[in-house]
Amino acid sequence: MRIKLEKRHEPSLAMLVATPIASVILTMLIGIVVFDLLGINGFEAVVDIFLSPLLYSYKWQDVALKAAPLIIIALGLSMGNRAQVWNIGAEGQYVIGALCCAGMGIAFGQTGGFLVVLLMIAAGIVGGGLWAAVPAWLRTKYNVNEILSSLMLTYVSFQVLGYLVGGPWKDPNGRNFPATAPLADAQTLPVWPESTVHLGVLVALILPFVFWVIMARSEFGYQVRVVGSSATAARHGGFDSKRTIWATMIIGGAMAGLAGGLEFAGVLHKIDLGFASGYGFTAIIVAFLGRLNPFGCLIAGIVLAVTYVGGQMAQTSVHIPNSTAGIFQAMMLFFILASDILVRYRIRLIPSAKAAGV
Amino acid sequence: MGIDFIIAAIITVVGLTTPILLAGLGELVVEKSGVLNLGVEGMMLVGAISGFAVTVYTFNPWFGVLGAAAGGALASLLFAVLVLQLNSNQVATGLALTIFGTGISSLMGLSFTGRIVMPFASVFPDALAKHEYLRLIFGYSPIVYFALIMVPLTTWFLKSTRAGLILRAVGENDLSAHSIGYSVIKVRYAAIAFGGAMAGIGGCYFSMVITPMWAEKMTAGRGWIALALVVFAGWRTGRLLTGAYFFGILMALELYAKASGFSFLPSQFWAAMPYAMTVVALSFISSRGTAGANAPACLGKPFLPST
Repeated sequence: MRIKLEKRHEPSLAMLVATPIASVILTMLIGIVVFDLLGINGFEAVVDIFLSPLLYSYKWQDVALKAAPLIIIALGLSMGNRAQVWNIGAEGQYVIGALCCAGMGIAFGQTGGFLVVLLMIAAGIVGGGLWAAVPAWLRTKYNVNEILSSLMLTYVSFQVLGYLVGGPWKDPNGRNFPATAPLADAQTLPVWPESTVHLGVLVALILPFVFWVIMARSEFGYQVRVVGSSATAARHGGFDSKRTIWATMIIGGAMAGLAGGLEFAGVLHKIDLGFASGYGFTAIIVAFLGRLNPFGCLIAGIVLAVTYVGGQMAQTSVHIPNSTAGIFQAMMLFFILASDILVRYRIRLIPSAKAAGV
Repeated sequence: MGIDFIIAAIITVVGLTTPILLAGLGELVVEKSGVLNLGVEGMMLVGAISGFAVTVYTFNPWFGVLGAAAGGALASLLFAVLVLQLNSNQVATGLALTIFGTGISSLMGLSFTGRIVMPFASVFPDALAKHEYLRLIFGYSPIVYFALIMVPLTTWFLKSTRAGLILRAVGENDLSAHSIGYSVIKVRYAAIAFGGAMAGIGGCYFSMVITPMWAEKMTAGRGWIALALVVFAGWRTGRLLTGAYFFGILMALELYAKASGFSFLPSQFWAAMPYAMTVVALSFISSRGTAGANAPACLGKPFLPST
């Protein structure tokens, strides 16, 4: 017997859908085995991380709050990845977006209201977009690898945050703790009655439809897909790949900035040194687990949010460290990448020459 | 500013340079074979904790370094299997390795937090290693000398040995290398494992020499600087050494600016400096086009023989 790979003419739709689900299930199974080997009750840990947040309705709003930024960032990133543009600095764009949002709020003092909040969120979008425009500019003008430049700028953004919250924006009533003053109530995002679910969650539910329309129905979406599939094809089709780089980078940054602004104005209401919580990196996993499809991102964002919330629950129930959720998330990404081959190739078992009687 | 200060400053620079030099050399070899492994940061963290853990158990830092190399190489093989056997996307798989390495190292490190190891003893007698001036040459951890020896060794390997020639051929044109009978996959496995081992040793420099203790995410993005360093160096070992020292000086500036309390600029400015300068340096190098000309032709592309 011999294994042979045959390239499919079209990527297999069944595999596109089946492999992410299989990846999640495999991650759970391996998680059980590995944790048992580590002397932790594996079954309980996996149930806690992957299922408990869904079983208790009071955890649903936590899942929604964590899923919202992941979905929003992943939507932007997956558009870039479709065009083979690798923005991995979403974390930095998220931070800068939140800072711009906060800056706009500070500029209005205690004045609030719908229009002010809207301006704050807009500032977040613009800030994130501009921060991502730097790698786009360097890539198109100087041919600088955007993976490295966007990531380096993330480290720079952390220092910008540290400077602002420890210096000019430090809360004078904050016992010298480096953090901004809590946001005035009038400047916070509207919240669903009796809950912590803010308007941003609704945004995260609507945006996948918007991105789907752009990607599947607009000429721009077509251009992104052509540029991503082959640079030569794009040239022949008369598409400017530089424009695609600019557009997808800035959209990716704008989405990360939006997520940062929403997190600030909707959940945390202040910025301290722990503000960057890794959403920008986890969103990369969301984008791949969602197969770079807008609705896939929606579902994958919820799955990853469940592991976040579940990871916190498991910390107290089975005493596993916080980093465990991260390992599970990386395992999912490994499986999804490994299974890519099933989407593009058909696996055939060919009887060896001897067995065939030749 | 006395001579003591200058000697101390140079020793600091050498220390800061060593991890990125090691990881950069490893990644250079990986990329020369045509593979882009973005998991350097993750492999460094795995190396940092493996080296530390082995040293704690064996009381021998030499075993620690071996453990770090093994840890880094093992982590890199995870990447290698996916990329070489399953043709997965190299960029995404490398990222996954970094995320995985960050997670697994903090899980492994749980029981080691707060513990310290004996500092790596010098290979030279105290008369030299602790001498007021001679410590400038003899006062370093053995890992520093290892890193410096590896620079000419890697150069020699790539330029003058048959194996190095094959490795470069695989990176330049995998299909022809395959057609004349070289195993592209095997060569790349070896290169990736070497890169992992070097990143691992670079990582353990943090946990065994600089601090010496374990802390989560202690490599603080240096793995990414090592990656930038390879591009900066235009895939040449000599320039990699120069570049590593350039970044080492920038990182030392941050420490000294913080310590001396330069008040006219915030400390965050200096902390952001190495990262910002990396971007600036990459722009200079990349815009000249010479760097691109030197890049291995198959870098980042999957190997797809027609049969």
